[in-house]
Amino acid sequence: MTVKKDQWINLSFVFGVIGFIGIANSFFDEYTIRILNNIAIFTILAVSYNLINGVTGQFSLEPNGFVAIGAYVTALLLVSPEAKQYQYAIVDPYPFVLSLHANFVVALVLSGFFATCLALVLSFPVFRVRGDYLAIVTLGFGFIIKIFAINYPEVTNGSLGLNDIPEFSNLYWTGGIAIIAVITVLNIVNSKFGRAMKAVRDDEDAAIAMGVNTFKAKTFAFCTSAFFEGVGGGLLAALLTSISPDLFDFFFTFQLLIIIVLGGLGSTTGAIVGTILVMGGSEWMRFLDEPMKFFGYTTPAMPGLRMVVFSLILIFIMLFAREGIMGKKELKDLFKGRKRSAK
Amino acid sequence: MFMQQMINGFSLGSMYALIAIGYTMVYGVLRLINFAHGDIMMVGGFLGFFGVAVLELPFLAAVLLAIVGSALLGMASDRIAYRPLRSAPKISLLITAIGVSFFLENAFNVFFGGVPRAFPVPSVLEDILEFGGLTIPVSALIVPILTAMLLAIILWVLFKTKYGMAIRALAFDVDTVNLMGIDANRIITIVFGMGSALAAVGGIFWVVNYPSVDPMMGVLVGLKAFAAAVVGGIGSVGGAVLGGLIIGFTEVVVIAFLPELGGYKDAFAFIFLILILLFKPTGILGIDFEKSRF
Repeated sequence: MTVKKDQWINLSFVFGVIGFIGIANSFFDEYTIRILNNIAIFTILAVSYNLINGVTGQFSLEPNGFVAIGAYVTALLLVSPEAKQYQYAIVDPYPFVLSLHANFVVALVLSGFFATCLALVLSFPVFRVRGDYLAIVTLGFGFIIKIFAINYPEVTNGSLGLNDIPEFSNLYWTGGIAIIAVITVLNIVNSKFGRAMKAVRDDEDAAIAMGVNTFKAKTFAFCTSAFFEGVGGGLLAALLTSISPDLFDFFFTFQLLIIIVLGGLGSTTGAIVGTILVMGGSEWMRFLDEPMKFFGYTTPAMPGLRMVVFSLILIFIMLFAREGIMGKKELKDLFKGRKRSAK
Repeated sequence: MFMQQMINGFSLGSMYALIAIGYTMVYGVLRLINFAHGDIMMVGGFLGFFGVAVLELPFLAAVLLAIVGSALLGMASDRIAYRPLRSAPKISLLITAIGVSFFLENAFNVFFGGVPRAFPVPSVLEDILEFGGLTIPVSALIVPILTAMLLAIILWVLFKTKYGMAIRALAFDVDTVNLMGIDANRIITIVFGMGSALAAVGGIFWVVNYPSVDPMMGVLVGLKAFAAAVVGGIGSVGGAVLGGLIIGFTEVVVIAFLPELGGYKDAFAFIFLILILLFKPTGILGIDFEKSRF
């Protein structure tokens, strides 16, 4: 009985979102649509980032690296050879770079594929040992990707980045893939693998004693999130139409970290709620970076003040409300009676 | 030429070593990668800059200001951000550390500007000595010597004093240390103070050698210093110094002899990090925290 009820709640939510996407284009202006697109892409990223950080409990700082890979792969495949001819201003590109061309779906899948391959390579040194090396290795990985993007202009066009990417992303693509990502991640979390991941998070020694292959569970979580981050990067490239190495600095990861912490580490519903709050709030907080008037005094413009506020929010959530908004609860848990949740 | 590069590598490696010691000590007592450590080094450099350029203090007074200020900041970060989370899951502590790091970077960026500023290096340190064809800047000579002296002091504190004994005991077992009537929190705060003071010295060396300060300078240096701590063996002070020297030497030597790889110099530390995790995760002088401690 309850299983059926859970399914109804999730299904009606999915149909609600599909209906919203269907009517959004005719109701909202371009600016709102852009924010909605951002929210959809960040939902993909946050839900998959939550899989490794929240569900598996392995602190990782990888999103900017994998998103960068996804964005570059998609950009290289989508920009037409003619447009590439005149973009490479620093050095001549390799001939094969010019001949790369594919349609949007192939580009997105390849973006995810390359990110997954790199995640697999990284997981061998990192998950073989205990400890928090994943955090530092993935943080370094983000820097290395940027270093390569700048120092390898034969492929990436260096610090100039790639421009004139066809704008394939629209609300149908971003929203549709967001729904697929959420359903996939929820299915993983509720599967055998998901239970192994949670076991690793709660007590790694006990998980090993129960016969869980912790290396496999961690690697699976890491590679899955890398795949969706690659795809999300591809969508982002096709939304922004131009990318450069500076776009993928650590702030990108930091935003996602706030999103999943605010929503509640380990809760997929929380990741979605966090995305909406942070992406909306970040637009709203733009006033912080501009000159402000206090009692007749005008403070000078302080670009970056938003980030100070963001970091304070992160520290305060950790100190005073570690569970975030949703804790580890999901959408269906909100509709349960008091009796059931107390059990 | 070769000797010249050796001296440069030694000088750069000493700076990494000073910062790596802070990482390794905090990891030893708390099992925490203190992401904010590189930024405390940046604050040390900034305080030195303010002392010399704004307050117009003599150089040594500015250095003292930087050391004391950074040590206080390190202790405050522990008291405010890390201590309330001692019994929390490790991931909360790591997230808070990232928050503190991002806060320091951006607060300095907003209030002091993101543009690198020239550091007024005292003329004594800019002198160049000549020994039989070698030209050595005084600063490149002073850095390793001071590092060796500070290392001696740290080792003396760790192995010859009661505080050092308490610090080493904490690395074994926090609960037992508390039962022995030692205030573990106070000892941890002292560790943060010591590590941050060393980071401030490293920061001052840094701004003297690359004479400019900017709010983001601690990020990459901090990452490399952490890699150095892991390469040498995290938890071991000697290992941190060894790791710092190895990474410093590699950077200088590779750039000197293969200049076309210059753009990738910041990636070497991570290649070392990955290799050491693959083949000897405990590091060169390391202790296996899972099996035995110290």
